[in-house]
Amino acid sequence: MVDTKIPPGTAADGPAGAAGGRAGQPAAPVKGSRRAWATAASGRTAALLVSPTLLVLTIVVLYPTIMALRESLYGPKGLDPKTGFISTTEPFVGLQNYADIFGAAGDRFWNAFWNTTFFTVVTVGLETLIGVAMALIMHRAFSGRALIRASILIPWAVPTAISGLLWRWIFNSNGVANAILGHQVLWTTEGFHAKVAVIIAEVWKTSPFIGLLVLAGLQVIPKEVYEAARIDGAGPLGQFRRITLPLVKPALLVAVLFRCLDALRMFDLPYILVGAQKNSVETLSMLAQNEASNVRFGPAAAYAVILFLYVFLIALGFVRLLGADVVGDGGSPRKKKSNSKRRRALGPDSAEVSA
Amino acid sequence: MTTTAKWRTWLLYAGVAAVVAYCLAPFYWMLVSSLRRTSDIFDTSLIPSSVSFANYRALFDPAQGFTRALLNSLIVAGITTALALLLATFTAYAMARLEFRFKRLVLTLIIATSMFPVVSIVVPLLKLFTDIGWINTYQAMIVPSMSFVLPLAVWNLTTFFRQMPEELEQAAMIDGCTRGQAFRKIIIPIAAPGIFTTAIITFIAAWNEFLIALTMTNKPSMQTAPVAISKFTGATTYETPFGSQMAAGVLVTVPLVVMVLVFQRRIVAGLTAGAAK
Repeated sequence: MVDTKIPPGTAADGPAGAAGGRAGQPAAPVKGSRRAWATAASGRTAALLVSPTLLVLTIVVLYPTIMALRESLYGPKGLDPKTGFISTTEPFVGLQNYADIFGAAGDRFWNAFWNTTFFTVVTVGLETLIGVAMALIMHRAFSGRALIRASILIPWAVPTAISGLLWRWIFNSNGVANAILGHQVLWTTEGFHAKVAVIIAEVWKTSPFIGLLVLAGLQVIPKEVYEAARIDGAGPLGQFRRITLPLVKPALLVAVLFRCLDALRMFDLPYILVGAQKNSVETLSMLAQNEASNVRFGPAAAYAVILFLYVFLIALGFVRLLGADVVGDGGSPRKKKSNSKRRRALGPDSAEVSA
Repeated sequence: MTTTAKWRTWLLYAGVAAVVAYCLAPFYWMLVSSLRRTSDIFDTSLIPSSVSFANYRALFDPAQGFTRALLNSLIVAGITTALALLLATFTAYAMARLEFRFKRLVLTLIIATSMFPVVSIVVPLLKLFTDIGWINTYQAMIVPSMSFVLPLAVWNLTTFFRQMPEELEQAAMIDGCTRGQAFRKIIIPIAAPGIFTTAIITFIAAWNEFLIALTMTNKPSMQTAPVAISKFTGATTYETPFGSQMAAGVLVTVPLVVMVLVFQRRIVAGLTAGAAK
């Protein structure tokens, strides 16, 4: 810690929270004591600074969500029996749209549901394996690290829609994929191979990203830990299993969570690579979008609500069961105190997290 | 050097080569395909037999409307980024520097929105925008994009602000600056690189958006570049014009790739800020 000119014994060195309630008092300009800033004035400033963002998010996220919930209870505009014209209002149908999902429109829904789940499990699984392997290689490579880092960012920077087209071209019946395989596969037509095409394209685009996040996690592991392990006689495999994996776990968990949630809403890639309304690759997002663009807002909203709940449950599961620390705040108030030191003392802190 | 050590070094080089090839090969294929003549578009040789820029010329044929699509993309992604940065800077500053009730809750909520399935908001917004006549307008694409761009910017900037030494603004405040002045005169200039990095990441996210742009437009003149390219139809009806699609893909991607290459260090720092605490 850098020495400050403030004499010892001021509020700074006391337990956090000591200065918490002193409203109106000028904030003690003391390092290491965040609580000293927590005056009524800073609360007001914070409210002022945070409210625009919250307002915008309320308008673009909360309000549409409530609208979707409401919309999912309404049916399509029908013919008005009195006038013979299409009625201007949508009839309230209660839970009919949801009932249809498990009944009349069930086949298409369950197909999309399983496609979404299948894509998520398989792509995230493969991405994690490839990503971790990439990270380990990058971590070892001292020469050429800049080259790798630059090239790893390229799949990430290619817009998903463009990569959909690119892979569509590669998987063309006369394309390079078949030329390499020496075998004619109609990749982008209906069937299991269409799923494989989507998975390959998705894994290409996103595993470097996992690699990047894991690499960042690897780089904060202090070398001393490995030295100690070597002295204790741990082989490379033992070091990986006992040190690397547990220490990199927080970063990996967050990366996998983000990738899962991203894969659950997959849209662009199957839509462009194979096409809309293709049974073998239709995801829940594609189904909802397709219904909405065909002006069947009620069912579309119902699909969207179900997808939302699905995503929410998975996220909750990650945070609750696996303890993914998404906010990056450490979690418990005790850890929060050491937050400002975190940047400087990376190693010991991450060791503490995994302990 | 022992034999095993030598082997390890070679293995490492092979690994590096594999990673680079894995990342670059499809991109290279896009580049090469865009430079082939239409007559040998199905050629699968690694180097085009004769380099042709016909695909690029065809792209800027006014009938394609590609220039307009690029402009649309630039407007939508640009305004989205600017708005998100403006709001996110204030919020992130509060998150990093001020202590207030429900801070953790607010940050969790903001981050949670970025994981939201976009289609869940697109469906109701499509209905709303149809009712108020916003279909085929820029705002119909910018407003929904804020839902995922704003949380991303807040999260990124918060980690940047947390990394900055608090002493600087404290010193300024002792010297008689108000918090607002300290923020304007001290924080913003020092945070400029962080804000810039966030701007790049946000811009790329907004530039890559497809679902919203696809749903909210049906007029070709209002489509963004990714949507327009995906809808390219060639001169003939049953042949997808892969040559010009690849050329357009290159043009849409190259600015991003250049940005990535120039600012790679910063982008990596920005992307991994949340993950590697």
